[in-house]
Amino acid sequence: MHRIGDAPKVRRALVSAAVILSALFLLLPLVAIFAQAFSAGADVFWRNITQPDTLSAIGLTLFITVLTIPVNLVFGVALAWLVTRFRFPGRRLLQTLIDIPFAVSPVVAGLVYLLLYGRNGWIGGWLDTHDIQLMFAWPGILMVTIFVTCPFVARELIPLMQAQGSRDEEAAVTLGASGWTLFRRVTLPNIRWALLYGVILTNARAVGEFGAVSVVSGAIRGQTNTLPLHVELLYQDYNTVGAFASASLLALIALLTLATKAGLEWRAARREA
Amino acid sequence: MSIRLKNIAKTYGKAGRGVSRALEPLDLDIHEGELIGLLGPSGSGKTTLLRIIAGLEAADTMSDRPSSIHFGDRDVTHLHVRDRRIGFVFQHYALFMHMSVFDNVAFGLTALPRKQRPSSGEIRARVQRLLEMVQLESLANRYPAQLSGGQQQRVSLARALALRPDVLLLDEPFGALDAKVRQELRRWLRHLHDELNFTSVFVTHDQEEALELSDRVVVMSNGRIEQIDSPEVLYRSPANRFVFEFLGDVNRLEGHVHDGTLTCGDARLDVDLDEGSHELLLRPHEIKLDEHPTELAHLPVTITAIAPVGAEVRVELEADWLAEPWLATIRHADFERLRIKRGQRLYAIPRQWHQFPAANQRSIASETMS
Repeated sequence: MHRIGDAPKVRRALVSAAVILSALFLLLPLVAIFAQAFSAGADVFWRNITQPDTLSAIGLTLFITVLTIPVNLVFGVALAWLVTRFRFPGRRLLQTLIDIPFAVSPVVAGLVYLLLYGRNGWIGGWLDTHDIQLMFAWPGILMVTIFVTCPFVARELIPLMQAQGSRDEEAAVTLGASGWTLFRRVTLPNIRWALLYGVILTNARAVGEFGAVSVVSGAIRGQTNTLPLHVELLYQDYNTVGAFASASLLALIALLTLATKAGLEWRAARREA
Repeated sequence: MSIRLKNIAKTYGKAGRGVSRALEPLDLDIHEGELIGLLGPSGSGKTTLLRIIAGLEAADTMSDRPSSIHFGDRDVTHLHVRDRRIGFVFQHYALFMHMSVFDNVAFGLTALPRKQRPSSGEIRARVQRLLEMVQLESLANRYPAQLSGGQQQRVSLARALALRPDVLLLDEPFGALDAKVRQELRRWLRHLHDELNFTSVFVTHDQEEALELSDRVVVMSNGRIEQIDSPEVLYRSPANRFVFEFLGDVNRLEGHVHDGTLTCGDARLDVDLDEGSHELLLRPHEIKLDEHPTELAHLPVTITAIAPVGAEVRVELEADWLAEPWLATIRHADFERLRIKRGQRLYAIPRQWHQFPAANQRSIASETMS
């Protein structure tokens, strides 16, 4: 048997093309971020990072992420459970609806939230008369972040739970297990890796979300500025080193996320072997 | 504990959009201590019936004829699965893969509400006893993935028995196992059933398994019960053609009867039947082979295949007057006496035949022994 691309010439060409393209498009930008961030020395980098506005942006981003993850964790598990374990009218429709945040541009999502919950919006007007402000404040940022990231956990779980079927749960219930016992001792152990994977993806997106957040945040320095927005503000202020210092933080979080994901996959592969 | 089913029916789908009836309304009485086999081809409704008994599926609610399920005196019709006190064994074991064998068996006990839960020492002792019963005490700390299929099914049985259920329900319990292990487990389950004396219902599509294991067999097809009887009665006097055909291999003889003789091509057989077209059915062991026809039977056949299987020889027969080949099982002694070879021409002599004139009538079996 002769496989396609097995000839030494073809193989060399393909491998070098892959290496060059990855270096140009993936590796080089990453290196550039850190190179730029440290271009004026480590103490300038440190000064930029410890600036009050930057610290506030870091804090806000982490705050939003920490709130988003548990909300989407519960939402994703509940949705996956509902869709895979029950038959009801509208089940297909619901499965399609889950994908809306993926299909819609984040900017559009932000605008829709602004339209609904802004001071002149349909619901926002009523909220305003009761002195509740969602837009241009952290609750708005949280809302759009949840919206943008809500499919990740459910999307990870649904195919897995469909493949696993409900046999284990039926077995548990014939053994007298209550709903909570069943979930904690049978369902959760079966889905834990996929769940963790979904959480990692949610985390990555929540930290890095720009489009939707930029519409609803107002980017008030020290108040509603998240880290990705802060990078843009610094860059527009011609503070290149500062922008890249903050960007390097985002890159670092991304790298950590990737490492965790790779570690999980490695563990899962080892468990299967 | 006896099981009493009344008016159990099951329909899938919605009215107007392709309704399929999985179970016609049926009644079934299972006595205390019985081992009952639900036998039928796939799609006959046997698994649905078992799952309804378990409470994993709900029977249809019919306003005119309310359905009910009783375990002994206990009305469990509206009881949730977890409160029915059943043991359920799944075809593919459904063991919890992330738990050790011990934890699997202990699951039902550890899932009890704190007030009813035995102490951990007592749980350990009970699980130990169950594992001894299924002869797996040495594997308590293994994980299901490290066990063979037969061992896994024994674990799942021990797990189902841990809460001392009133009834034990088994869904094709040996279906996923190879022939030898299946035989072994069957014998062992029968033994366990006699020893512990619970009421069991198991589903199977294997007639041999049903006949060997059950006190009574419930034969099902198309969501209906065709016959409920002990294996002997079932085999000796099947209620209808479906039961007869499902319980073993069947040979067909179609022909026209005139003056007490059925003819079909150059084949003749004397029968005690009315004038007209008839179809006779014969079991493979009811066919004898000889070098000469008898006065009553003249059925020339050609041997087309020979397979010695265990105590007998399976022989395939063909003839111009046969629409499809016959299968005959003959003794080794006859096989050697006739020096049977492929292509040889012999005469078939029925010892007995069966006929099912209309649906749901008992068979007419006739002796035509020469």
